[in-house]
Amino acid sequence: MTHLLEVRGLTASYGSTEVLHGIDLDVEVGRVTALLGANGAGKTTTLRAICHYQVSTSGSVSFNGKRIEARTTEQIALLGVGHVPDGRGTFLGMTAEENLRLGSHHRGNGPDVVQDLERMYGYFPRLQERRNQQAGTLSGGEQQMLAIARALMARPTLLLLDEPSFGLAPLVVKDIFQIMRRIRDEQKVSILLVEQNAKVALELADTAYLLETGRVVKHGSSAEMRSDDAVRRAYLGE
Amino acid sequence: MESFIQQLVAGLATGSIYASLALALVMIYQATHQVNFAQGEMAMFSTFIAWTLIQFGLPYWVAFFATIAFSFVTAGVIEFVVIRPLHKAAELSVVVVFIGLLMIYHSAAGWLFGSSIKEFPSPFSKDAWYGGQLMSSHQVGSIFVALCMVAVLFTFFRFTTLGLTMRAAAQNPGSSRLLGVNVGRMLMLGWGLAGAIGAAAGMMVAPVVFLDPGMMMGVLIYAFAGALLGGIDNPVGAIVGGFLVGVLENLIGTYVVGTELKLSVALVLIVAVLIVRPAGLLGRRIVQRV
Amino acid sequence: MRTKSSSAPRSSRTEILLALSILVCAFMLTFFVKGYVLFQASMVLSYAIALVGLNLLTGYNGQISLGHGAFYAIGAYTTGILMDRVGASYWACVPASGLVCLVAGYAFGMPALKLQGLYLALATFALGVVTPQLLKYKYLESWTGGVGGIVLTKPSAPFGLSLSDDQWFYLFSLVVTAFMFVIARNLIRSGTGRAMRAIRDHGIAAESMGIDNSHYKSMTFGVSAAFTGVGGALSAISIQFVSPDSFTMFLSISLLVGMVVGGVGTLWGSIFGAAFIMFVPGLAEGISKDAAWGIYGLVLILFMFVMPGGVMGLIARAQTAFHKSRNKGTA
Repeated sequence: MTHLLEVRGLTASYGSTEVLHGIDLDVEVGRVTALLGANGAGKTTTLRAICHYQVSTSGSVSFNGKRIEARTTEQIALLGVGHVPDGRGTFLGMTAEENLRLGSHHRGNGPDVVQDLERMYGYFPRLQERRNQQAGTLSGGEQQMLAIARALMARPTLLLLDEPSFGLAPLVVKDIFQIMRRIRDEQKVSILLVEQNAKVALELADTAYLLETGRVVKHGSSAEMRSDDAVRRAYLGE
Repeated sequence: MESFIQQLVAGLATGSIYASLALALVMIYQATHQVNFAQGEMAMFSTFIAWTLIQFGLPYWVAFFATIAFSFVTAGVIEFVVIRPLHKAAELSVVVVFIGLLMIYHSAAGWLFGSSIKEFPSPFSKDAWYGGQLMSSHQVGSIFVALCMVAVLFTFFRFTTLGLTMRAAAQNPGSSRLLGVNVGRMLMLGWGLAGAIGAAAGMMVAPVVFLDPGMMMGVLIYAFAGALLGGIDNPVGAIVGGFLVGVLENLIGTYVVGTELKLSVALVLIVAVLIVRPAGLLGRRIVQRV
Repeated sequence: MRTKSSSAPRSSRTEILLALSILVCAFMLTFFVKGYVLFQASMVLSYAIALVGLNLLTGYNGQISLGHGAFYAIGAYTTGILMDRVGASYWACVPASGLVCLVAGYAFGMPALKLQGLYLALATFALGVVTPQLLKYKYLESWTGGVGGIVLTKPSAPFGLSLSDDQWFYLFSLVVTAFMFVIARNLIRSGTGRAMRAIRDHGIAAESMGIDNSHYKSMTFGVSAAFTGVGGALSAISIQFVSPDSFTMFLSISLLVGMVVGGVGTLWGSIFGAAFIMFVPGLAEGISKDAAWGIYGLVLILFMFVMPGGVMGLIARAQTAFHKSRNKGTA
């Protein structure tokens, strides 16, 4: 079975500083894969490298059987890779609904877009309440929901999620991850999830990779990772 | 009282020109945080193009829209060829290049079309409007054209997807790229629109001040004042600011300082706004995070 | 945009020897060329001082001014008014103009403190455009001579020296220029100069290190205006005439061009820049009326893309290449 996303020997550099030193990574269709590691391990860089965004890269990235490492960020996005960046990347000066419509901009204004909007509001009812509010006035949790919904509006095949729990209260995180479980089951989207919060990530994910200073040091199913001693001590606090 | 209203209307008429040019300036500033110092000269050059087309016998409105299209395209090309390569350059370098563009447009106009003063027709008659004493048809026409442009642009940006993505590219280029928006293309479009708007402004002012290469230099200063007064990152502010400056210029020029010093009023306004309230009336207050 | 020459001091002895030899050559010029060429040389000197002024503000302190022609005009008119209306002697007018511009520059510099980069450029741009209008202001006409301006006469050589007016004034300008250059050089190399550059490069960090940004920035504005004003004063006497239309936006932009051509943030570049803006318009006139604008425009854009360090930058690069090849030989 070919993987949806296949990464081999990926290196990434900011300017002349190499930050990723040869990553191998697979994401299966319909599965959630977690990318774990401490601050500075290179998790966000990995997602950016896959999208060829703000880093220079070498190595190979295959998406749906096609090599994409030489494509531009915009091209990769339009191929079906939805990237929810760290910090959410909210368009603060626009309304929540405008943010969502941006996700589906390449499909214009038609009825299927309206349908998708309704579906997003179904997943995130709070966004519907705030649909005409300036996105900058939304709370952190709401902005995170907005960012996820916006990415989903593009009907991506692969969703890259960068630290969705960042800066959010535990209850809000729980809420969001519950919704993501629903999304995973109902939409046909595979997810690559970057998280510092290993516990919550491993509850959602099927497989996981552990990154340390730019290298993959462990990988396996979430069950395997959860029972691994090193992982438990360092990342699960057990 | 009648003369006051006349001055008010005249102020609104010239204000419509300032508002248009200010809008062009703000559009580029919003997207790139750069001030297009060459905006006035670009508009002047476009007006010369229109004049040439009219000399060749084209009817006014054909020449008008042909010039708008030409300005749209050339401005987009300038963005791509000259400005885009500078997006990471130091501020001084960028300013220098803009001044360079200003100079080139200015000399090109003089070289291609001659620097003698030329008459430029107005589609509206210069006579008084409906025989009244208060305003001329051209003045009303100017205001009308400006307001039309504003309405069209507002609709475009608010209700179309392209307008949405252009706003997105200006506000947050990074996130836009991640959504598949071609930010570079949006910048070109923004510049194109600014060039088109400037051309319209030039064609509205030329019948009044006559066409020569120096026509827009003063207008640009007023437009700066208008854009700053309204809030340099706010298109609505640009319009409001432009009209306000037009009225202020006329009233202060007529009743206070005398017409020779009108332009200095703009300078004082610029400095005053920048010192007292840099965000302008409608702009966002920007705090510089250390 | 910085050039290496603005932060690394060159070998002092070589520089001083070079400067002295250039000074001697310039001095000798007095006796070998015609009066008109000396007039042109005097103009180059006045532009050079003006460009040093602009460089101090924009090159060394990072404050962009697109309206420095205003200070050139204030200097010129101060001299014109003092010489013609008050009857002062020329050699007193020049420093007096510098002083007036020092105050004017400082006064403009204070509100300018609040204006970051682009906004300052905008405000000074407006200043540059408005200057001729201000000079034509009818309530100042008795002083400024309105549109007609003021006519001056070139001073004759003192002590009965057998030098023509042109020769004497050229020598006078030369002395003033050398003097101003020495002041500028010492300023740049002093602690003040370092503070100026620190503000240019890392404004916020400079402030947190205890540098009073406001003070240095207004002071730099004042000094910069003073230099440019002195240049203007010299030009007024050289040309023997001041009028509003000599000080249009073209002048302000010419100063910008001169700075860019010579090399932003360099001292010696001012001489190359001055020569450029002195002679190019004359040559350009042969092509068409506004050709100078076009040439300046092309030069500005070309230099930013290809030669951002200006002539001095080119020289610095050549020097580095020369030293590298020398080292390779001896290694």
